[in-house]
Amino acid sequence: MDQLLDFSPVFENLDQILAGFWATIRIAVVTAVLALLFGTFLTALRVSPIPVLKRTGGFVVNLLRNTPLTLVLAICILAVNDTLKVTLSSVEGVNRYWWGVLGLSVYTSAFVSEALRSGINTVPIGQAEAARSIGLTFTQSLRMIILPQAFRAVIAPLGSVLIAMIKNTTVVGAVAYGSEAAAVMKLMFFDLGASIPIFIGFAIGYLILTLPTGFFFGWLAKRMAVAR
Amino acid sequence: MSRQEATVLFDAPGPRARLRHNILTAVAVVVLLALAYVVYARLDERGQWAGELWEPFVDWQVWENLILPGLKNTLGAAAVASVLALLFGVVFGLARLSDHWWIRVPAGAVVEFFRAMPLLILIFLAFFVPPAVSPIIADGPFGNAQRVLVDNVLFVFGVEINAGNVTVPAFAALVFGLVMYNGSVLAEVVRAGVLAVPRGQSEAAYAIGLRKNAVMRLVLLPQAITAMMPAVVSQLVVLLKDTALGFIIAYADLLSAGFRIVPANYHNLVPAAIVVSVIYIGMNMALSRLATWLEGRTRRSPKTSAATLGVGTGTPAATGMSQVGTGND
Repeated sequence: MDQLLDFSPVFENLDQILAGFWATIRIAVVTAVLALLFGTFLTALRVSPIPVLKRTGGFVVNLLRNTPLTLVLAICILAVNDTLKVTLSSVEGVNRYWWGVLGLSVYTSAFVSEALRSGINTVPIGQAEAARSIGLTFTQSLRMIILPQAFRAVIAPLGSVLIAMIKNTTVVGAVAYGSEAAAVMKLMFFDLGASIPIFIGFAIGYLILTLPTGFFFGWLAKRMAVAR
Repeated sequence: MSRQEATVLFDAPGPRARLRHNILTAVAVVVLLALAYVVYARLDERGQWAGELWEPFVDWQVWENLILPGLKNTLGAAAVASVLALLFGVVFGLARLSDHWWIRVPAGAVVEFFRAMPLLILIFLAFFVPPAVSPIIADGPFGNAQRVLVDNVLFVFGVEINAGNVTVPAFAALVFGLVMYNGSVLAEVVRAGVLAVPRGQSEAAYAIGLRKNAVMRLVLLPQAITAMMPAVVSQLVVLLKDTALGFIIAYADLLSAGFRIVPANYHNLVPAAIVVSVIYIGMNMALSRLATWLEGRTRRSPKTSAATLGVGTGTPAATGMSQVGTGND
């Protein structure tokens, strides 16, 4: 029975585990930046006054929100990369990393866009009307009146999206980029025999990544909340 | 959309703005068509529009033998996991509201732990650990308990035990992961739903002499369930989407039908991928629509005094965040 709670495989292979989480962090950070960019772009489309762009943005977001991440990544890797031979880098590992990051970014951007749009919707229309009536131009009212309020309302939802994205890096690990922590866990299960201590080691790793992020965004959202 | 209303960002357009919008519309249409053409040409260049690649999809045999069994497995896993996750959610959601700390605290720990875990490593836990660990348990003092548990309970999910060696089919591992993760999220939804019922309701119920149990059963839960229905349905969309993770542990689901089984027979991965994507998106959109429709109906409903937990805001924020965030996964 003692072997059930034998943590030595975790401590002996700590460097391997940490390398896995380092890959997770590399995926998560780059994805966060790209998803924010794509998401802002999609939101810009959706709130634009041009019906065609509005519809397109709404359609893309709706499509991505209803597509499983595994499907998005399978399309990226198996269909576009392997079958259509569209590559992002000539080095195989780098290529798969970027496909994984790109797939996860595109998927996450739909949720980022939802969060941003809901943020803009929390700004009462009177604020914009007041800004226009004192003669602020579009850019000025956006910069000084609307965005400062929208960004504050968006912190909490964006935090949730970010945490979900960190958890979703596991799918990137399984489908696209095998250096990621969840893929390393699977590898260790095969090499050393699956055991509960190995699982606990990785579970703690993910908790360390997600919990502080959650506390930080919760704290920030409360601190920055707009009093209305 | 000939006459536009003012929005937060844009005033109602005047003549010059309307002209500008028309020009931008034309430019946008051209850009979108160009994008569509690039995708079309790229697929054409690789010969993906060839008739023989698409022919299997007009053959009923292909649907009957290859695609529909996958769809059936996906829906089966989703249905079993939904029922169990709802059960888990109600039990743990109410347990977290308990007046006894020895129920509240462990339930809270379980819910917060599984909510913070990536779903995939929970699936790996259920799929890889029991086969490796069961022979050790079988030799220990719990060997008999393990055998009884598998033979009497877990066999329903296809788990088997043979001389102390437990094997977990992909279906059971997938359902375990889906239930633990989505059940925990639903537990938070249930808790939020009960807490969203105004305090006056339970105070009035206590005042007329109802007991704790009756207050919950007759007053709080009926209103909470109405209020949280949209959030529950949108979490079930997440669950249905997450069944695709079964692909990773070689569960014979719809995704595997599109990316492994059909292409293995007809060498048409891209067309199969497109067909399967359409099915997935169609299913999820239908469920999402249902959630949105329910939300609108609940908001107008006189049956509850609680604020509706909407599709967008219903799913509780991630662990550690005390504010309500957007539902997503």
